[in-house]
Amino acid sequence: MIYLDYNASVPLRPCAKKAMLEVYDLEGNPSSPHFAGRKIRALIDEARKSLVKGVHGQRLVFTSGGTEANALALSGLGEIPLVISSIEHESVLKVHENPCIAPVTAEGVIDLERLEELLSSFESPGLLSLMLVNNETGVIQPLPEAVIMARKLGWKVHTDASQALGHIPLFFEELGVDMMTLSSHKCGGPTGIGALVLKEDLHLHPLIRGGGQEFGMRSGTLAAPLIVGFAAAALEALSEREEQIKRLRGLQKKVEEALPMAQVHGKESPRAAHVLCLGMPGVSSELQLMSFDLKSIAISMGAACSSGKTKESHVLRAMGLSSETVKCAIRMSMGWKTSEKDIDNFIKAWNEIFLSQKMKEAS
Amino acid sequence: MVKRPIYLDYQSTTPCDPRVLKMMLPYFTEEFGNPHSRSHAYGWKAEEAVDHAREQVAAILCADPREVIFTSGATEANNLAIKGVAHFYKEQKNHIITCSTEHKCVLDSCRHLQQEGFKVTYLPVKSNGIIDLDDLRKAITDQTVLVSIMAVNNEIGVIQPLAEIGKICRDAGVFFHTDAAQAVGKIPLDVNAMNIDLLSLSGHKLYGPKGVGALYVRRKPRVRLQALINGGGQERGMRSGTLSTPLCVGLGEACALAQTEMSAESIRLKALNARFYKAIQDSLEEVYLNGDAEQRIPGNLNISFAHVEGEGLMMGIKELALSSGSACTSASLEPSYVLRALGVEVEMAHTSLRIGFGRFTTEEDVDTAAQMIIKEVNRLRDMSPLWEMSRQGIDIKSIQWAEH
Amino acid sequence: MAYSQKVIDHYENPRNVGSLDAQDAAVGTGLVGAPACGDVMKLQIKVSDQGIIEDAKFKTFGCGSAIASSSLVTEWIKGKSLEEAGEIKNTTIAQHLSLPPVKIHCSMLAEDAIRAAIRDYKAKHPSA
Repeated sequence: MIYLDYNASVPLRPCAKKAMLEVYDLEGNPSSPHFAGRKIRALIDEARKSLVKGVHGQRLVFTSGGTEANALALSGLGEIPLVISSIEHESVLKVHENPCIAPVTAEGVIDLERLEELLSSFESPGLLSLMLVNNETGVIQPLPEAVIMARKLGWKVHTDASQALGHIPLFFEELGVDMMTLSSHKCGGPTGIGALVLKEDLHLHPLIRGGGQEFGMRSGTLAAPLIVGFAAAALEALSEREEQIKRLRGLQKKVEEALPMAQVHGKESPRAAHVLCLGMPGVSSELQLMSFDLKSIAISMGAACSSGKTKESHVLRAMGLSSETVKCAIRMSMGWKTSEKDIDNFIKAWNEIFLSQKMKEAS
Repeated sequence: MVKRPIYLDYQSTTPCDPRVLKMMLPYFTEEFGNPHSRSHAYGWKAEEAVDHAREQVAAILCADPREVIFTSGATEANNLAIKGVAHFYKEQKNHIITCSTEHKCVLDSCRHLQQEGFKVTYLPVKSNGIIDLDDLRKAITDQTVLVSIMAVNNEIGVIQPLAEIGKICRDAGVFFHTDAAQAVGKIPLDVNAMNIDLLSLSGHKLYGPKGVGALYVRRKPRVRLQALINGGGQERGMRSGTLSTPLCVGLGEACALAQTEMSAESIRLKALNARFYKAIQDSLEEVYLNGDAEQRIPGNLNISFAHVEGEGLMMGIKELALSSGSACTSASLEPSYVLRALGVEVEMAHTSLRIGFGRFTTEEDVDTAAQMIIKEVNRLRDMSPLWEMSRQGIDIKSIQWAEH
Repeated sequence: MAYSQKVIDHYENPRNVGSLDAQDAAVGTGLVGAPACGDVMKLQIKVSDQGIIEDAKFKTFGCGSAIASSSLVTEWIKGKSLEEAGEIKNTTIAQHLSLPPVKIHCSMLAEDAIRAAIRDYKAKHPSA
């Protein structure tokens, strides 16, 4: 089996597994939880500190994942205007019923001029949410520019950086944003945990109320094993970032060069190295998925959330691509375990599928 | 001599059962697929595992698997049930009934709804910790949308009459939600027989992992709610976000184990509980049980040791892991609001300990713990001016204390 | 909560626990705090004709810090004159025991207890 769907979920890094098992050992020992309790608290503090330091953050609130972190960020400031880009993840798109949507260019980058017009059109400033790396195309958004513009108009900025950690330099303070979403399982940590990094002076209305944990912004017993695993994975992803980018960039290039017939969506934009959104002219995504699956290669059509229903990618549609083009796109995404051999196999499979379809059409 | 610490705080959290962890581990590593990925075997395998877990959770509640929504824990499940129902039906009804001894996350959700304009009735409890059903009947109006009464109290372990509450609610056409975090796996539950419409549960209170819980949401008659977390539309649109396969698997396995072992475990815990309480009563005077003596789970005791301050007592029994009051408030100097709601005097509330027994508690643990507590209570009473006065027959209430 | 070594020592080996005869003319008794607040201290002093505290006893209902504060002050006031004893400040007690901020009230209570005992003694000896 060749797994090329890292943007859906990344296999757990061994360092995360090791860190988690040590905590499960502490927790699983029914005779020790009292001082283990104190030790576990210390481990959580340590994990929080190292995460904050790793991304140059300020305050960090643990959540059950990226989706919850996005929901908290977008609803925590109360009733203020909200502007989001048209290519956001569904967990941002669907927080409010009718969000004001800023368009992107044909290359999948937010249109800064249109954004400025849009922000200026509001009587009072609100919140802009703009993702850092798109989960389907890998296109990197010009966040620093957007932040400067938004700040001038008094707006706050949130960024969903779920797909950025370990894939591009990611520093909260340097980006200048007010809030930033992180997801554990998108960087090789366990599922079920994520975080919202935010400015120290920002207080959000909680989504989940109760015991008042997480600075009163998120109640519920903290899951120490998940937190420790998340921190271990994130730190490894951060420390390996440069060599990882270099390695995956090489593989990405290799695919692009080996498949001249493939359309690469977002090709002219700055892109992260771990993802490719590829169109196979004239061959539907469904057919491609099935064919790749028969060859034991796991890829996807896009986000893995829309429970079962196959629908067109809203990201590609937002880029203005025709329905035909969108229907022929697939996403392959790579990560820490992906080898050159995996990529060679993918290239081979892509060509085979493409050829056999063309043969069928010809006959 | 270094004694092994004894864990007696099973209402605060339970250790993850090694059998549960064993089932989870493969889903952390080899089977890491996203259960919502529909295009490859990694996703399908994860989805299968989640489906199986959902069946296991449903089974312990006698529910249909389609009625189980996975959440990050009972806190989220309670928030979702209460705020979700209130918000969904707000055009029709605006009144909620709960009770004064509920968990903080229920009370806080209700308070928040009050700020939004909802009306909330907080039912009192009788001195045994149980609500008066007549109070409930009287409180229901044609504006009442939801009654939220916990199944088992986290501090005093008393069991509320769920079937009776359920019947009253069903007859009145009001939804019944119960926070069953402390009840699942401890007492038999049947959402249909008990007319429960929504039920919250937590993984780490039943020997499963932390970071996962579930909300049961009835399909017939259908209960609708507004999601707290929107996005990919997972969990029938009621709770978006990637499901954590290993956590769901862990919760399912924990439910399955609890269901198999509940009756035997209950008998064993009842015996341990009686053994402990008898040892205490045989050696100490002026010891009071908080909460109903019969209508409680076998794994809990909440005892006031008159004239001995709880925090001071805890310090003397460091080898025992237990809590005074609930774990959420024990860092503050406030006495437990649950005990206060029972009508326990503030001074008596300051003298209470919560002792929780569970799956890994042994007879030896119980004996050792009882002896330690007896010894320390005696030592501290010898040091206590209040104990001295009460021995001299002075009524402590007759003294004019300068409250500070 | 982490207690300092000194608090633990006084809690485990409290000095001068007990009672003196409150009716004795040489004894002054201070009873401060309230059960509803979770701490009550009884502190008694036995004063010589020269006005020196010869003996001191305490009983305390409260947390470890309250017990340690009262135990500590019984040690400190023994051998002191009433004036010297009356000058003991809660900050000195809190510092000595390294009490965390949430426990400062325990040291204040101990200071109150000394003063109450001295007041009681003086009430018995209006001329002194």
